[in-house]
Amino acid sequence: MTLKHDPNIPDPDGFYEELIACVRDLDDDRAERFQAKLLLVLANHVGDREVLREAMQTARRGL
Amino acid sequence: MLKTYTFPKFEYRPAAARPDGSVERQPVVVIGAGPVGLSAALDLARRGVPVVVLDDNDTVSVGSRALCYAKRTLEVWDRLGVAERMVDKGVQWQLGKVFRDRDLVYGFDLLPEAGHRMPAMINLQQYYLEEYLVEACLRTGRVDLRWKHRVAGLEQDGERVALTVQTPDGTHGLEADWVVACDGANSDVRRMVGADFTGRLFQDRFLIADVLMKAEFPTERWFWFDPPFHRGQSVLLHREADNVWRIDFQLGWDADPDEERKPERVIPRIQAMLGPEVAFDLEWVSVYQFACRRIDRFRHGRVIFAGDSAHQVSPFGARGANSGVQDVDNLVWKLALVLDGTAPASLLDSYHDERARAADDNLLASTRSTDFITPKSRASRVLRDAVLELAEHEPFARKLVNSGRLSMPTPYLESPLNTPDASDFAGAMRPGTPCADAPVSRDGRPAWLLGELPEGFSLLVFGAKPPVPAVASGGVGATVLSVGIDLVDVEGLAAARYDARPGTVYLLRPDQHVAARWRAFDAQAIEAAIARACGR
Repeated sequence: MTLKHDPNIPDPDGFYEELIACVRDLDDDRAERFQAKLLLVLANHVGDREVLREAMQTARRGL
Repeated sequence: MLKTYTFPKFEYRPAAARPDGSVERQPVVVIGAGPVGLSAALDLARRGVPVVVLDDNDTVSVGSRALCYAKRTLEVWDRLGVAERMVDKGVQWQLGKVFRDRDLVYGFDLLPEAGHRMPAMINLQQYYLEEYLVEACLRTGRVDLRWKHRVAGLEQDGERVALTVQTPDGTHGLEADWVVACDGANSDVRRMVGADFTGRLFQDRFLIADVLMKAEFPTERWFWFDPPFHRGQSVLLHREADNVWRIDFQLGWDADPDEERKPERVIPRIQAMLGPEVAFDLEWVSVYQFACRRIDRFRHGRVIFAGDSAHQVSPFGARGANSGVQDVDNLVWKLALVLDGTAPASLLDSYHDERARAADDNLLASTRSTDFITPKSRASRVLRDAVLELAEHEPFARKLVNSGRLSMPTPYLESPLNTPDASDFAGAMRPGTPCADAPVSRDGRPAWLLGELPEGFSLLVFGAKPPVPAVASGGVGATVLSVGIDLVDVEGLAAARYDARPGTVYLLRPDQHVAARWRAFDAQAIEAAIARACGR
């Protein structure tokens, strides 16, 4: 299994609004904690180590 | 301090005078009389090899250091005839709990399965351990323990190792065919042969306090992340013998070890943890720092490294002394065969192959634990805390909580000494794997499989009459033990664990690891497997 790079989220604007709504009212410290927790929750859902590796590489690009 | 123990003082005996000017020559000299050196000496002595052990002091371990001894290590000591005493005196445990702040995050059980003689883990003060090993060594009549003998110099030329030994009376020479260097984390021998470390030195400090008290805690390993009594740091609690409890407080790198070990600093920390009504006595305090690293090669000619002299790990998984004892379990039978000429010296390279692999396993596990317990960057810390926060409600996150993965033996699956399976076998007893124990009976009395294995190589034959009592190759014999005739597999666990059918044969090494296995008795195949396991 490989990481999906093509669009895979239905109603992308709706999703984005939900995500921002989840972080907007949090101070920097809490927002950081939220993002770390979300990462772990989603990583577990994905499960596939190859996919996760590719995801990490994608996120790391440019940093 | 130290109300519960009085240190023995071993007698220093000056080296015997040699009026003819010759230098004493020994087959084996072990350097360091700690748990690893003493285990090596005991195993050698039991195999008929006379051993000289050099130690630069004259008592047992001063202070609270190694503590937790895992099942595999206890099985090694049981083979050496000392485990019973240790298990009796020590505190058995198998349950652990991990807390964050005031909340329980999760609990674990080290030994979910029954039918093993040895418990999952015991806690025992290192000074008791060494005392029992010293006594067992002396009982063999073949171990010469030389106290206040410090190795000041070492040279080797391919034929022998020449040691310069310093005692209170001066310096003298001692030669050995083989040297086993068990002189610990600050090994002089390592420095003398120029062996380099590869790995990481961690910048963190922990305070150890051994505390004598009557406490309400259950006999479990308890680990706290960020408890109210030690904010932003970790704490570990273990029970030891004699109502002594071991508490580790993480201090951080900026802590001043000399300040922190003062009783007036330590006592308030313990009071904050236990509450003001609990009475206790401080038995021992020290501050430690740790490394996760190993030397490149465990064998340097005729000098072989075992224990902390070869590899160091962070303490969270109890992998230090455990892997050191397993090192010598692996080494000694090989060294004995080399000494009696039935195996080539190259067999000792398999010690490096097998034990460096195990060391790498331990280093990986302990490095991972250390990164979780002491995160090295802000982002690491945020992720670590996220795991802990999630673990309260999310089962997946509990698997990520790493307060130490407790010591497990590493099977030597790729070892050149193994004979690969030619038939199908299920289960865990693959070549290179330490033998599983099982309850059995012999002559009508209850016994344990591992305890019934003969010294040296053995052939476990299941459910069939063995055609011969032993098979030999090049002077190395394997004694047959029949499961069904000599031993009764009372609960069927031996057959289950070894995936045995009638006629199944296992060749077991002297360190109770599987060397080979077959579905039928084939003397030629067995001879070839013995030769292979001896490095021929």
